Amino acid sequence: MSRRSGLPAAAAALLCAALSGCRGIQSSLDPAGREAAKISGLWWLFFYVCTAVFVLVLAFLFYGVFRRRSEDALGARERGKTYVAIGAGATAAILLLFLVVSVSAGREIAEPAGPDALKVQVIGHQWWWEVRYPASPANRTVVTANEIHVPVGRPVFLELLSGDVIHSFWAPNLHGKKDLIPGRINSHAFTAKKAGVFRGQCAEFCGLQHAHMAFTIFAETPERYSAWYEKQLAPAAEPSTPSQERGRQVFVSNSCVFCHAIQGTPAFGQVAPDLTHVGGRGTLAAGSVANNPGNLAGWIADPQSIKPGNHMPPMLMAPEDLLAVTDYLESLK
Amino acid sequence: MSTVAVAHEHAPGVHAAPTSFWRKYIFSLDHKVIGKQYMFYALFMLIVGGLLAILVRWQLAWPTKAIPFMGKLAPEGMPGGHMLPEFYNSLFTMHATIMIFFAIMPILIGAFGNFVVPIQIGARDMAFPVLNMASFWTAVPGAVVIIWSFFVTGGAAAGGWTSYAPLSAIQPKGQTLWLIALLILGLSSLLTSVNFITTIINMRAPGMTFFRMPLTTWALFITAILLLLALPVLSGAMIMLLFDRVLGTTFFLPAGLVVSGQPLKNAGGGQALLWQHLFWFFGHPEVYIMILPAMGITSEVLPVFSRKPVFGYRAMAYSMIGIAGLGFIVWGHHMFQSGMNPLLGTTFMISTMVIAVPSAIKTFNWLGTLWGGSIRFTTPMLMALSFVSMFVIGGLSGIFMASTPVDIFIHDTYFIVGHIHYVLFGGSLFGAFAGLYFWYPKMFGRMMNDTWGKVHWALTFITFNLVFFPMHFLGMRGMQRRIYTYTEYEHLKDLQPMNQFMTLSLFVLGAAQVILVVNFFLSMRRGKVAGPNPWRANTLEWQTPSPPPHENFTEIPTVYRGPYEYSAPERADDHWPQSEPPSGPVRASAH
Ligand code: HEC
Ligand SMILES: [Cu+2]
Ligand SMILES: [Cu+2]
Repeated sequence: MSRRSGLPAAAAALLCAALSGCRGIQSSLDPAGREAAKISGLWWLFFYVCTAVFVLVLAFLFYGVFRRRSEDALGARERGKTYVAIGAGATAAILLLFLVVSVSAGREIAEPAGPDALKVQVIGHQWWWEVRYPASPANRTVVTANEIHVPVGRPVFLELLSGDVIHSFWAPNLHGKKDLIPGRINSHAFTAKKAGVFRGQCAEFCGLQHAHMAFTIFAETPERYSAWYEKQLAPAAEPSTPSQERGRQVFVSNSCVFCHAIQGTPAFGQVAPDLTHVGGRGTLAAGSVANNPGNLAGWIADPQSIKPGNHMPPMLMAPEDLLAVTDYLESLK
Repeated sequence: MSTVAVAHEHAPGVHAAPTSFWRKYIFSLDHKVIGKQYMFYALFMLIVGGLLAILVRWQLAWPTKAIPFMGKLAPEGMPGGHMLPEFYNSLFTMHATIMIFFAIMPILIGAFGNFVVPIQIGARDMAFPVLNMASFWTAVPGAVVIIWSFFVTGGAAAGGWTSYAPLSAIQPKGQTLWLIALLILGLSSLLTSVNFITTIINMRAPGMTFFRMPLTTWALFITAILLLLALPVLSGAMIMLLFDRVLGTTFFLPAGLVVSGQPLKNAGGGQALLWQHLFWFFGHPEVYIMILPAMGITSEVLPVFSRKPVFGYRAMAYSMIGIAGLGFIVWGHHMFQSGMNPLLGTTFMISTMVIAVPSAIKTFNWLGTLWGGSIRFTTPMLMALSFVSMFVIGGLSGIFMASTPVDIFIHDTYFIVGHIHYVLFGGSLFGAFAGLYFWYPKMFGRMMNDTWGKVHWALTFITFNLVFFPMHFLGMRGMQRRIYTYTEYEHLKDLQPMNQFMTLSLFVLGAAQVILVVNFFLSMRRGKVAGPNPWRANTLEWQTPSPPPHENFTEIPTVYRGPYEYSAPERADDHWPQSEPPSGPVRASAH
């Protein structure tokens, strides 16, 4: 019966080794934000207490199973009653502790963001994220996709909506998750405490390409954030080479414009990511591939092989046109 | 019933056994035959669900590699052996659906419930034998439809077993068949639950008071009540979803939905979250529908093989009642991340934490039962001990989910997948295995091979942990559930070796089940003849031949005591059948 002695030990060893390696840009145990720090502290408390309880219960189980049979059955029964009462009391006490710390942590992370919070709208689509920074006057509104830039230290207030099915916003280094539900506006507030690039992904199953619906959060110094913001306000860069010029021509004369928008051109489609500054983004198609000319050309020519089932049809065009469009889009920093 | 019997010239209440093949084995009214039918049904579906799980894990171990033979078997879902996302989504959806509704529920409730409960309470059959037969034969078309759905255009349902709207409202046709199959099955379960409740309330033998009922019967009684109260809610929700899909209603479709660039026709006025409320109002009691019978079986097996009375019999029964009652007010813990009012979230958190108390009491009582017993390490006992230890892990990881802030961290990650498998495999399935090895001699009159049973147990127990324990870690490292690929992501790439290890372990786990199947069938012919009471147990099913005769007892037994009077100090014999008159053998020295 070494089975149950070996197992928890092995399991505990595995877990310790594994969890200490829990760093990462999408890890629940590597907090970089105020909320995530609170939650991961709570998680560790649960982990230690529950592990202790598990070890204790198994120790009792073993002892109970392998102890010699007691002659004094009646006395054992009486003592047993006391043990069970103690156990039930301890359980209640532990649960009460969990309850109190959970409620207090829950209140802290649910505190409404103050008036100086940065407001960002995130709209989930199958299978990409529309990101808007609403502002007044309206022409200072920034629209982008799959990337969220936020200043470190300033609370960010997210308004979460969905255009089709339920998605879930989850950037574990910064906060827990919150669903984007069609017909509802959910809110979610976090404050990044460390500069860095963090990853998030849709956490609610949303169909075919749920696996490829990621986003990136750039937590930056307030100065860098403002610089980024101002840059996003500008319309798309003008083409500076003949190839880019041709690329723009190809883009606006193609069906791209029915789906995509590029500010400063006749492209005003609203059902796909805004491409005004697509060249400045790190990834394509909601984190599916890195943004470089090769991947971009590959995406435009055959998006279905990169992300099967996504809602962009393959675009048939001459190779020179493809290169030109790629060149143009990459220039839109 | 008795008036009919008198007319048939048999002892009151006894009917002649049917002799035709059809009446005896196919459309039988005998609860024992129906129980066996459910057992074969569930074991078959368990194999189907297991094969789906193997494909899921295979894909996760080598997401970019082709599975060669699958290119031929499922050319549409896996052209050239490469898995399409829609096929993967179907696989995990159907794996969960089949395991939960078509394997675990039928084996625990249909098979053991049907076979054991009437004999344990000293009845000749269920209260409504025809209804009982109808339940089984309603469940069969449910299974046919769910398997058929793999072959329709667009494949089987791929919306997750939870089928969240609006996604489930816009999925291909397989989803409609999924709804129809589960509606049929729901009807079957409803008929069963009415039958169990009536049987247990009305058909108990003289002297079988409620607090002399074995805990398996208690568990199934409470399970039946849960089914009766929870299932209609799910069925209602599924009918609404079916209407949204085929009749153009909009129960779950709010205005303004744009799918694939096109505004969705017939959207407007609906509530996406309504589905979740209805689903989980059923869904949480469902968890207990699947775990209570396993708890009952464990409470049955532990005293028999510890040769001790169950510790805290009444506390066991009351805590099951408590779990069942509280189970109806905790469903919101599945929706903490949906944006509910924090105050409401706190309420659900409190109720969920409270429900841990009766579960803990049961665990302590199992420990108390073992304490100081003379333990017999038979296969059913090992399975029951595994149930206890694995249920503790599942219960403890469940507490993480009870806490709102922790839950929104781990929800929909692999942590949850680990948790659910510790409860449903480590819990329900080990409970089912315990029941299988325990009652097999009663069902078939012969013993299963105990050595091979132990081999099966050891392999299953070890590989089960190797497959599912690492899932907790994957979740904390940021791996979500329900993704068909992850290796192209830098931060998840290094999780591939662990995923491969889990998959290889699953192959062994799957192979180990062959031992069970072979042992199961070989023992029917070759097993040692069991005799009426091979385990020297007290409950009524062991006080009649194995397998029991038609209508179970030659004479309805009278019950004189509780079910777990083992090693009573005043007796020489360490067991004391419930039906043995008080004037039984008495140890001379005691009085
Ligand atoms: C039918 C609508 C449609 C048309 C036409 C269309 N696209 Fe797209 N496009 C999409 C959708 C939807 C996405 C988001 C796909 C995803 O990530 O799931 C997308 C994504 C992209 C992206 C990646 C954006 C990012 O930030 O990740 C680029 C670049 C792109 N399209 C370029 C083009 C070009 C160039 C054309 C014309 C040659 C074009 N698209 C035509 C719908 C369309
Ligand atoms: Cu998703
Ligand atoms: Cu629940």
